[in-house]
Amino acid sequence: MSNVFAIARREFQGYFNSLIAYVFLVIYLLLTNWLFFRVFFLNGQANMRLMFDIIPWVFLFFVPAITMRLWAEEKKIGTMELLMTLPVKDGEAVLGKFTAALGLLGLALALTFPLPVIVSTVGNLDWGPVFGGYLGSILIGAAYLSIGVFISSLTENQIVAFILSVVGIFALYMIGSDIVVFSLPSSMAPIMEYLSLGTHFESIGRGVIDLRDIVYYLSVIVFFLYLNVRSIESRKWR
Amino acid sequence: MIEVRNCVKRFGPTVAVRDISFSVPKGEVLGLLGPNGAGKTTTMRILTCYMPADEGSVSVAGFDVNTESIEVRKRIGYLPENAPLYKEMYAQTFLDFLARVRGIPPERRKSRMDDIIDICGLGDVLHKRIGEMSKGYQQRVGLAQTLIHDPDVLILDEPTTGLDPNQIKEIRNLIKEIGREKTVILSTHILPEVQATTNRVLIMSHGRLVADGAPDELARQTKGTDSLIVQVRGPIETIRDRYSSIEGVSNLELLETEDEYHKIELLVSNKTTSAEKVFETTVKEGWTLRELHSESRSLEEVFYELTVGEREEQ
Repeated sequence: MSNVFAIARREFQGYFNSLIAYVFLVIYLLLTNWLFFRVFFLNGQANMRLMFDIIPWVFLFFVPAITMRLWAEEKKIGTMELLMTLPVKDGEAVLGKFTAALGLLGLALALTFPLPVIVSTVGNLDWGPVFGGYLGSILIGAAYLSIGVFISSLTENQIVAFILSVVGIFALYMIGSDIVVFSLPSSMAPIMEYLSLGTHFESIGRGVIDLRDIVYYLSVIVFFLYLNVRSIESRKWR
Repeated sequence: MIEVRNCVKRFGPTVAVRDISFSVPKGEVLGLLGPNGAGKTTTMRILTCYMPADEGSVSVAGFDVNTESIEVRKRIGYLPENAPLYKEMYAQTFLDFLARVRGIPPERRKSRMDDIIDICGLGDVLHKRIGEMSKGYQQRVGLAQTLIHDPDVLILDEPTTGLDPNQIKEIRNLIKEIGREKTVILSTHILPEVQATTNRVLIMSHGRLVADGAPDELARQTKGTDSLIVQVRGPIETIRDRYSSIEGVSNLELLETEDEYHKIELLVSNKTTSAEKVFETTVKEGWTLRELHSESRSLEEVFYELTVGEREEQ
């Protein structure tokens, strides 16, 4: 466990040392605030739906941006060999990197907290859906991250990792959408809807937290972290 | 300390390591020598648990690299080829990270880091990003990284590549210093390096082990192949004839002729007595001598013979 923490700590510092964290946080907050306030005053409703509804789309680009380097860079500059010969299990390394990325994403979300506070001063804000929304955001964000970190381990090119992650996450998000479901045999529809990252977020975005959604996101995370461990191990049988 | 038995490693159709066996006792500094692509790095990667061997058994300090990999890694300090490091990190935070991963308890972390910084001479660059340091300092950070947990075994893959002569000397001294207490394996394709730093040499070629012994011992095996380089002016046929009949000269080769001077290489059994005889003969015949020196065909020759011979055999 201390290894996971040490690696997470290093990666988290790395985000700040290489300025990625600052760029990420500034752009993320500017974008979120702008998209929110652009509509908020026209809308005149004291809730945070506006912010949470766009989270899957904002994360679609922001998450791959913070995961693309995690393995690809290690492979490119050769530190992979250093890391993988330290007394660290492959799983610990994967978990450490994932935790660091989750930390940065969590920080970004936490910094949006002034938004609901402002809303609550101008209107009567129901805090339940707000916390539900944050929980849902961190869950879908973590699921995206697990996919992004995994894809980063498949290449040594960060740009490739970024693009493939965006495509991969988009695909898994869209498979449950109406356009895709209608074009498939009706027997496939429930499966697709269950597997889709998007359908599970809809109810959370409304502020309804269902245990099944939480289980779904946790399963996605575990699945991709497991794939990640396997892909790191693949150096051994190549 | 290190036991390698019948180790084989294949990458698809190519065999990187073919059935090598060796053992390294505690406290030995072993040089792993061979041309590029001989299997040195692969051997080191197997020892450091980066990748497993396909066949054979490898153990370090009594622990098997496959089944007790974490125990092995705890006891090894490894510097991969080209010293890959996290370039955006500061030397201090990098070493701190390693101290944490290496499980050094918090109360000893500070003193351990100070020791290493002292040994590796990193005091001046602690607050610099690793990527901004000179190659020599990066290499030192790489070495510091291998030493932080005071390992029993050090494995250094070409620790001096890309350094300038002064830096090479510094790193070699550092390795020598470290080698007094630890078991060290270092790979290189630079011959003077093994002569300068190691007390045993393994020569690899095409994944095979082709020689094993002390550097001097290996050099002695090729006795009789010392060479003399002579530049002399005179009739070439007579020169050939006279020089060839000198006792101890086994081969004569005309390298080039420049301003009437013939540059000749003689293979001799004893460079001192043969040189004297060459000189006497030259004076007696009344030729003009411009150059006469011996070239020590030491490890370089052993290396060349073993590794090139191997290639022709294939």
